Amino acid sequence: MSQTTPRRRIDLAGALLTTLSLICALLWFFPIYWAIITSLRFDQDTITQFSLIPNNPTLSGYIFDFENSKLLTWYMNSTIVSVSITVIAVMVAACTGYAISQLSFPGRTALWWTILASFMVPVSALIVNHFIIIAGIGFLNSYLGIILPMLLTPVTVIVYKQFFDGLPREFREAAVMDGATEFQLLFRVFLPMNWGITTALAIITFIGAWNAFLWPFLAAQDETMMTVTVGITAVQDAFGVAYGRLLSGAVLAGLPVALAYLLFQRRVTQAITLSAGIKG
Amino acid sequence: MVAYILVAPFILIYGWMFIYPTIQMVQMSFTDAHLIGAGKWVGFKNYTRMFKDPTFYKAVVNTSYFVALTVVPGTIVALAIALMVRRLKGWVQSVVLAAFFLPYVLPISVVYLIWNWLTNTQFGMLQGLIIPIVGEPVNIWRTIPWFMPGVAVITIWWTNGFSILLFLAGLRNIPQEIYEAASLDGATRRQMLTRITLPLLWPITVLCLTIQLILQMKIFDQVYLFAVGGRTQSTMVMVQYIYEQAFQKNAGGYAATLAVALFVVVVVFSVLQFQILRIRGQR
Repeated sequence: MSQTTPRRRIDLAGALLTTLSLICALLWFFPIYWAIITSLRFDQDTITQFSLIPNNPTLSGYIFDFENSKLLTWYMNSTIVSVSITVIAVMVAACTGYAISQLSFPGRTALWWTILASFMVPVSALIVNHFIIIAGIGFLNSYLGIILPMLLTPVTVIVYKQFFDGLPREFREAAVMDGATEFQLLFRVFLPMNWGITTALAIITFIGAWNAFLWPFLAAQDETMMTVTVGITAVQDAFGVAYGRLLSGAVLAGLPVALAYLLFQRRVTQAITLSAGIKG
Repeated sequence: MVAYILVAPFILIYGWMFIYPTIQMVQMSFTDAHLIGAGKWVGFKNYTRMFKDPTFYKAVVNTSYFVALTVVPGTIVALAIALMVRRLKGWVQSVVLAAFFLPYVLPISVVYLIWNWLTNTQFGMLQGLIIPIVGEPVNIWRTIPWFMPGVAVITIWWTNGFSILLFLAGLRNIPQEIYEAASLDGATRRQMLTRITLPLLWPITVLCLTIQLILQMKIFDQVYLFAVGGRTQSTMVMVQYIYEQAFQKNAGGYAATLAVALFVVVVVFSVLQFQILRIRGQR
């Protein structure tokens, strides 16, 4: 009987902690919720109504954004840029990671050190010279100009290399005996063994590319070439204090990455723990 | 031979976008070049100027202040949240984790618009918390003492998901048997936390701290967005000063010098982080 009292007390403490966790989660999520609610209000209502549920919901902010700003163009730009970066960066990383892990060739060590070095270097220190290089070849305000400097994703190479390092040697030996080429080995044997890793890396690369601010902000000064993350802050002055419209734009800009996360939660978690060098 | 075909795209991209700009940056820091076009060789003039430049020191101090406000407090908050989330089960855990993690995947401009609205001096919801304490609404982004702490709170809200995931992975890697053995020995909840969980999480904590440190030293976006239109000089951070010198003052050479300074500082801390990772890997 003496056992029951402490157990009850622990359960009470547990229930309290659970409640506290839920309250914290609600508070943490509140800014996003409030932005969504505000985006569903008429501009004049945003400064007079503070109810937690919109009593007069409207899509007028969204419609205004589509009609009066270049939102669709920015969306297309962001999609082209992010998808290109994802495809190119992941492909390049897979090939490089494979070569460094499975093949021996002169310069392999130097290559590995280059990857580690680029991992340690702050890309934000290189913005000035990226700008000069991209301007020098006349690529400012072009997709390629936005994409090129953002292809530096050394972590992706490192993750691939470590993944290939961990695979048993016999796979490679057996396939080589069957006369498979290195490309067949990589794309038919090694990558299909774990598409999960490629999916995880692709999603996190896409989210990173979509969210990039500093470089697209410098490379695309022309309104028709802006990505959506740069565009929605550039129109702010033009809109004045119109939070309904501003937050409609914000919700639309955040939607693809929020969906990517919510649909592939496990893959995003995997990518983050892998890139930090932890076994998840 | 086939190896070189496989690594050729990598060499092209990293040679062109990493090695070449790095060399160009160092070379340019010894010239008086404008943003576009070559300049004259001026030796160490830019460097002596930098060490006498009050705005440079201001930027260093502001960046350090921001790092101090975010790195340790953010990691503590992330640890607390991870410990809370860890206790939950099933779909409740997924939903709560998603609520804490979602801000991390949002673009900074979205985060900026959300919080700019919440902190609006006239109509922002958060003024409801500020008025009872201060007695009047505060224009956070135009009041110097409020600016950096404000940006720090938002940054913690925005980037904490990353550390939370690392802590959760670390917690999952602690064998359950240790807790079972401890509870057989009559250990209390508090003892299990302070004697088992926290010490075993220490390597992850160090990892989170170094990743955050390196990340936050490169602060630009938030400070730029919230300060735009105001007096940016007093809230200037390192990357922002590089940006200002290069793109607003057209002083490419001096901007490159500032970039070299940032470069060196970040590389030193990154090498430190790399060593920590290696030590962990060897165990």
